[in-house]
Amino acid sequence: MISVKNLHSALFNPVNFEAAQGQCLCIYGESGSGKTLLLRAIADLDPNEGSLALDNQARSNIGADQWRRQVTYLPAESFWWHTRVGEHFESNDTDWSILGLSQQIAEWQISRLSSGERQRLALLRALDHKPKVLLLDEVTANLDEENTLKVEALIKSCLQQGLIVIWVSHDKAQRKRMADQSFVIDETGFHKEA
Amino acid sequence: MELISLSVLDLSLAACLVVLLAILSWHLQLGLQKTLIIAASRSVIQLTLLGLVLKQLFQQSSLPLIGLISLIMLTVAGYEVMARQGKKFSGWWGMGIGTSSMFLSSFSITLLALFTIINVDPWYTPQYLIPLLGMLLGNTMNGIAVSLNNLTTTAHTQKGQIEARLIQGHTWQEAITHIRREALKSGLIPIINSMTTAGIVSLPGMMTGQILAGSPPMEAAKYQLLILFMIAAGTGLGSLAAVWIGSARLFDERQRLRLDRLKSG
Repeated sequence: MISVKNLHSALFNPVNFEAAQGQCLCIYGESGSGKTLLLRAIADLDPNEGSLALDNQARSNIGADQWRRQVTYLPAESFWWHTRVGEHFESNDTDWSILGLSQQIAEWQISRLSSGERQRLALLRALDHKPKVLLLDEVTANLDEENTLKVEALIKSCLQQGLIVIWVSHDKAQRKRMADQSFVIDETGFHKEA
Repeated sequence: MELISLSVLDLSLAACLVVLLAILSWHLQLGLQKTLIIAASRSVIQLTLLGLVLKQLFQQSSLPLIGLISLIMLTVAGYEVMARQGKKFSGWWGMGIGTSSMFLSSFSITLLALFTIINVDPWYTPQYLIPLLGMLLGNTMNGIAVSLNNLTTTAHTQKGQIEARLIQGHTWQEAITHIRREALKSGLIPIINSMTTAGIVSLPGMMTGQILAGSPPMEAAKYQLLILFMIAAGTGLGSLAAVWIGSARLFDERQRLRLDRLKSG
């Protein structure tokens, strides 16, 4: 279980929520409402205040790198630091076909990937080290419907295995398909969607 | 061989070459003429003053005075490192990182040379200390300025890559390791190149000066080697220290990339 209490920074109002194992929590907000900043703050990428805990262990007691391994943020745009795809993965048993990618893709150079391929690979990379919480930031925005559904199916199977997902999405139908809890973020703060 | 003294006319002839270059730059619209003339004038004023000061300085041996002059040299070098940064660290760090790294490397290596290699008595004999320190400061200053600038500008352009690694649960050291390595290389390559070609392609400036001033070539070569090794060690240690302190300052206690600690311009 992840619990977020009074999480705030100079750039967004306090946020409170809890999500249990296997739950998907969807967040909607106008652009500029601070959704990305909220996810970044949960992953501890920007200065922020508040008490967060994962399975009753306080974030402040866990090293930042260990926290991010367990609470992994997936931004809308992916970045790569090695030349080939496979070098970014620790495990050797990634199933590329699950998102419709070539079995040889590990050998491919990053520079020849399309933006859709990069986005799907970034999701597999985020799952590579088996996080407990996944923070998704508009991850299907650049994907066609077929691939969007593949991503959703993969997330659903991860949810069944106990993953917690916090998903920022502007796609109402997607939120309806995925959400166990729905929240809205706006200038008044962070609250349950009516 | 006797020292052939240079007259003002001799130097003016050499200066004409720089003026010629400035005129060329103006014709080709390179926009370098102003900085070139200012830099050349600065070197005239600074070296003339240095000649006068050193003449006085060499005649006496007051440790506090020599210490004070060393500190002034260090401060100016520290300021120069800061001035050459595209993205400076804000606050005291801007000047502090370069200055402390230069202090660590230049001062310790100069002292090592004075105590164990050259063995002058007293160790602060200005005729040895000031030129050695100046040579080291000048070179480590270049290395540190280049490496630090490389570190901060690359961190800026590769923010996405660094954060992508942090997101994957890498430590800040892992996330910056590529950039740190490249930054160090960029600072060290000039001295590595000059050691590689020393004596074959180029006659180093100091050795040339010594030979022109009448020293036996072999003695000049030995001193040149000493200086080259010291410069290599000084530049290496100084750049290493600066890049290490600088990269640590780019992250906070929660291993977040803090580019807000840099200011542009």
